Amino acid sequence: MYMFKYVSKRLGLMLLTFFIIFTMCFVLIKMLPIPSPQEGTDPAIYYARLEEKGWIRDPQEGENGVWTYETVPIFQQYGTYLSRIFTKGDFGTVTNMPDFPTNAPIWDIFVNCLPPTILINIYSTLIGVPIGLGLGIIAALRKNKWEDQVINVFIILLISMPSIVLGLLIKYFLCFKLRWFPLSMSTSDAYFTWDVIKSMLPAVFALCLGSIAGYARYTRAELSEVLTSEFMLLARTKGLTKGQAIFRHAMRNSMVVIFPSILSEFIGVLSGSLIIENMFLVNGVGGLYLDAINSHDYDFFMLMSGFYTLISLTAGIVIDISYGFIDPRIRMGAK
Amino acid sequence: MTNINNFNNIPAEKFRFAAKNDFAHDKKFDTKPVSYFQGAFRRFAKNKGAVVGGIVILFLVLFAIIAPLFTPYNPAYYDQAFAFATPRLKVFAESDINFWDGYIQKNNISYLNYIQDYAYGLETGREIIKNGEYTVSEDGKSYSYRRDTYVGTKFGKYKIISEEEFKDIQRYQNETGTQVIYPTVKTSERPKLEINKYDANIYYKMENPKAKTIRPKLDENGNIIPNYWKYKEGSASSLIPEYNSLRIEGEDGIQEDGNTYYYAYGRRVDGGVEVRMDYYGYYSYYHSEVLKDGIEEPYFIFGTTGGGKDIFACLAYGARFSFIFATVVAAVNFIVGVIWGSISGYFGGKLDMAMERFCEILGSVPSMIIITLLKYHMGKLILERGLYHLLDYQSALILFIAFFATGWIGMAGRTRMQFYRFKNQEYVLAARTLGASDSRIMFKHIFPNGLGTIVTSVALVIPSMIYSETSLSYLGIINLESGNTTSVGTLISAGQQSIIIEGCAYVALFPCAFLVLLMLSFNLFGNGLRDAFNPSLRGSED
Repeated sequence: MYMFKYVSKRLGLMLLTFFIIFTMCFVLIKMLPIPSPQEGTDPAIYYARLEEKGWIRDPQEGENGVWTYETVPIFQQYGTYLSRIFTKGDFGTVTNMPDFPTNAPIWDIFVNCLPPTILINIYSTLIGVPIGLGLGIIAALRKNKWEDQVINVFIILLISMPSIVLGLLIKYFLCFKLRWFPLSMSTSDAYFTWDVIKSMLPAVFALCLGSIAGYARYTRAELSEVLTSEFMLLARTKGLTKGQAIFRHAMRNSMVVIFPSILSEFIGVLSGSLIIENMFLVNGVGGLYLDAINSHDYDFFMLMSGFYTLISLTAGIVIDISYGFIDPRIRMGAK
Repeated sequence: MTNINNFNNIPAEKFRFAAKNDFAHDKKFDTKPVSYFQGAFRRFAKNKGAVVGGIVILFLVLFAIIAPLFTPYNPAYYDQAFAFATPRLKVFAESDINFWDGYIQKNNISYLNYIQDYAYGLETGREIIKNGEYTVSEDGKSYSYRRDTYVGTKFGKYKIISEEEFKDIQRYQNETGTQVIYPTVKTSERPKLEINKYDANIYYKMENPKAKTIRPKLDENGNIIPNYWKYKEGSASSLIPEYNSLRIEGEDGIQEDGNTYYYAYGRRVDGGVEVRMDYYGYYSYYHSEVLKDGIEEPYFIFGTTGGGKDIFACLAYGARFSFIFATVVAAVNFIVGVIWGSISGYFGGKLDMAMERFCEILGSVPSMIIITLLKYHMGKLILERGLYHLLDYQSALILFIAFFATGWIGMAGRTRMQFYRFKNQEYVLAARTLGASDSRIMFKHIFPNGLGTIVTSVALVIPSMIYSETSLSYLGIINLESGNTTSVGTLISAGQQSIIIEGCAYVALFPCAFLVLLMLSFNLFGNGLRDAFNPSLRGSED
């Protein structure tokens, strides 16, 4: 019951926070002047579409081609915007992005860009988590032996290597010098063919090397601390073998801290990494966001900022709640 | 019961003078007292990794401060003629070592290009082909050799300059003894085809001037024969030097078959003088005589980017900006965070709750969104108010506000933790009992105890700030490149485009090495600092 109350309270707070941020974004975006239509678009159609969306009223072409219009009050715009989202699931249409057909629903474009981002991140998590945990366990069990020292050097190097540099190294050596992989990700949407998977691999490596180092360091620290605690001695004295004691007692206890971060990484697969996507020309959400910023497409910006905010909020709440599920000693919200 | 305090009846003879050694003193400590910070310093000095990290940081900071003062180049400088000039150290360039010498290994060079390089080297005395060594493929069509990347466009095409400039270059040549303008070739002697007609690199006699690939006519020793425009002393053009061709004053001419011949160095055309000009020499002349910017000759220690920018200068100025920026933001975040966190932590209760909630909401806004919104609004503000003088600082201002907007929250959280930790300890309670004011307790009693932890977090926040700044400018969201600022990220972005060009990976190498060194040393330094300020480790090292 404590748990239920705690979770619902946290969820309520999260939704409130999200609503505040989303509203602020909307207001701040709507305070900006409406960008003039791109080259090659007919201003009449452009302004008519804005009027249809409910942003402006009676646009008129004045002399020398300057268009005048009356802007609808911001909160009225917000009302129309929200009601369109909730009643029709309509997040707006492309107004000003050169790479996409105008008037295409942005939700569809956004959903089309999700698979590459998600796949790359899922592959990287699937590779990174087991290897990272494995290395961390080896290092903790063989503490201060040569295995531990080798792994430690590896961890320090990878942790200090910014992902920009790591990505460039992979691109240079694997894609350019050795020519094992193509230089950019394939744009085909047959995601499970070998060609596409192969073109994704450099980005996957660049992403997972960092997380391998992170998990290894974390696991090593947690596990070596648990291994020295007294209940481990008790477990051995009551007759468990070393392996049993480590896997049933030490691992479970160290997982209390590690598991939530794995969980949040799985939520984070949606948002991806702007840097890696930019470097390996992944046709994903990150590139879409950069495009939207650069072409001042405000509907797109609203969708993307809502999306990113929601993900970071959810990741935070999932971490907190998962502690309570994993470790029976932690009682959330208990007085 | 006798009153021990009854001193009235002590007889006078019982009093005697006390000797100095009657007083029992506490024995003085043989050791010196170790304060908290001294202990921290000692623990820090024992951590070798942290000390090395600190030294590397110091070295990088010194580089950022000193290097911009000593290089004549700056981020605004660019010269397309010297694009992709590879890194050069004079020591290596003059030796036989094929490393960091400013040369690049070129394969599959056509005969025309090879012979032009060879002829250029012969005429100017520059070692464009390293040591003159080259290999020819089996079919004799392609050549490979190490080629100097610093020759610019060689002679390029025939150029037209004004007569004043021609005279000024003459004066410069006489003063410095370096040659910029070389003897020209008579129009009728030049190659006939349109593509080769204006090529000033072809100064030699040709086998077939109408051919597409110009092959030089060689003499019996296999050398090329210069085809300079020369005229006899006493001929019309030397009698009337104003006529058409120009020669360098004071030039003695050459003796041939008992006659004195003069070379023509320029041809009068509409709009000035047409000359064959060595770009390398002209560059030195232009920078030292016209611009007077301290550049004597092209010399790029870290090479140049594809846009012809000097990597050394860009890196130095970018690093300087990063360090200044990160320090200023960290200082501001520190001050605001400490004030906010100490109020929130010290007073607790409802106030703490409200302040925490505020931080939580602000902290959940993704920083990318903050930066985008700031970018839009700053652009609007500048246009509406006409604050055009802010344009150059726009990006730095956006970054500053964005990093400040979320950066202080972490600092406030850490300070709050420290206040929670100390505020109910006995010494604080004692101070309160003695009537110390709140502000005295906060800043005299609690804050100094938490200072170590807070300072450590500042040291750890600086590299992450530099990294965020670098990645934002790498992504092109923020463009710091204006005037004398640039960012390491912009440089890395240029490097990313050049790593897929053979032999040009050095563009990415230097900024990346800088970034890795910075992150590694700050990590080591910060971890050492954290351990040093952890009092529970006190004495454990002995």
